[in-house]
Amino acid sequence: MADAEHAPGATEYILHHQSFLSNKAPHGIVDFTVINYDTVFFSVLLALVFFVTFWMVARKATAGVPGKFQNLIEMIIEFIDNQVRDSFHGTSKLIAPLALTIFCWIFLFNFMDVVPVDLLPAVARGAGFEHLKVVPSTDLNATFALSLTVFILIIFYSVKMKGLVGFIGELTLQPFSSKNFFAQAALVPVNFLLESVTFLARPVSLSLRLYGNLYAGEMIFLLLAALTLHGISGLASVGGWFALIGQLGLGLLWAGFHLFVITLQAFIFMVLTVVYLAMAHEHH
Amino acid sequence: MNINLTLIVQMLVFGMLVFGTMKFIWPHILAAMDERSRKIAQGLAAAEKGEESLTEARSKAEDIVREARERATQIIDHAQHRANELVEEAKGTATTEGGRLVAAAQQQIQLDTTRARERLRREVAGIAVGAASKLLSREIDARTHADLLEQLATQI
Repeated sequence: MADAEHAPGATEYILHHQSFLSNKAPHGIVDFTVINYDTVFFSVLLALVFFVTFWMVARKATAGVPGKFQNLIEMIIEFIDNQVRDSFHGTSKLIAPLALTIFCWIFLFNFMDVVPVDLLPAVARGAGFEHLKVVPSTDLNATFALSLTVFILIIFYSVKMKGLVGFIGELTLQPFSSKNFFAQAALVPVNFLLESVTFLARPVSLSLRLYGNLYAGEMIFLLLAALTLHGISGLASVGGWFALIGQLGLGLLWAGFHLFVITLQAFIFMVLTVVYLAMAHEHH
Repeated sequence: MNINLTLIVQMLVFGMLVFGTMKFIWPHILAAMDERSRKIAQGLAAAEKGEESLTEARSKAEDIVREARERATQIIDHAQHRANELVEEAKGTATTEGGRLVAAAQQQIQLDTTRARERLRREVAGIAVGAASKLLSREIDARTHADLLEQLATQI
């Protein structure tokens, strides 16, 4: 009965948390006059965190005995380097740093999800901002920005390594091929349909996988937070105490599990990027 | 949820970040790591070489000690031999010298005996002559009867 009473409150609470800090309300699905300040702010901030941290180590990197911090950074670098070497056999100055950037940046994006959901929005409200979304990877713009950049790189490397003709051939001459010219000509549209779906699915699946996981994770934190939405007054009832303990216990449990999920999602994004770029480099 | 300008901004930020990582982070750290693994490899090789030369030096030292021991044994043997020789030589010299001394002493004794006997004989002869001349008065001349006296002296 308490739930029924507070149900509108919970909906409002969640919807409030789902809104971006933007310059104006968007019209329609695509509106390039709108910009989400919170996403840009936090992703630039996290980019700086990543860059400054690694840059400080890189600046003072010594071949002698490394310090604890340099050791940690080197462990990450070595881990990425091994992953890249496992999937990508060509030589490229770009792919390994790209993989490092993707892994660390997405990890930091996702890590914002473990920060208590109400903490930063409350601070923002104190500073006069009504809405604030702190997790950039729960913004489709951020995840699509990553996957579209990767997609552009895939096209660039495919054309660079195989030539425009080779690239178009790859899209149209397989999986079905025939020695007969006319049969082949008939198969081209079929092949193109199949291959273009496969090809376009890459950036879409990359960004939606990351977005979906983080969106769901944030939603669970919001639902747990909504358990004690009515604040101190809820402690007057047994149900209120139950909700408080439930929020603490489940919140801790979910945060622990989510730490695993956010690392895994960053890792998956990185590995798939490397694999796609490796495929773009390979000749069939 | 909609797609907006954020997408473009994020792509630009991403591009710059990747460029920065590629330019200022990755090569430096990787170079340091490669340099370190090269150093470690060198260090290991040097350690192995050092161990090898240590083994070599140890066996060389063993050789030297063995040689020295052999030489020492040789010297001791030689010294013992020489000592024995010296003792033998000394013994020989001592025996010879002793013999010589004994011989000289015997000779001296013999000489002394002969002399004593000679003197005794002369004295006896003189006494005999004196006694005889006393007995025969002055008839017997000592000089003329020297032959006889000599004969007598020999008989004593």
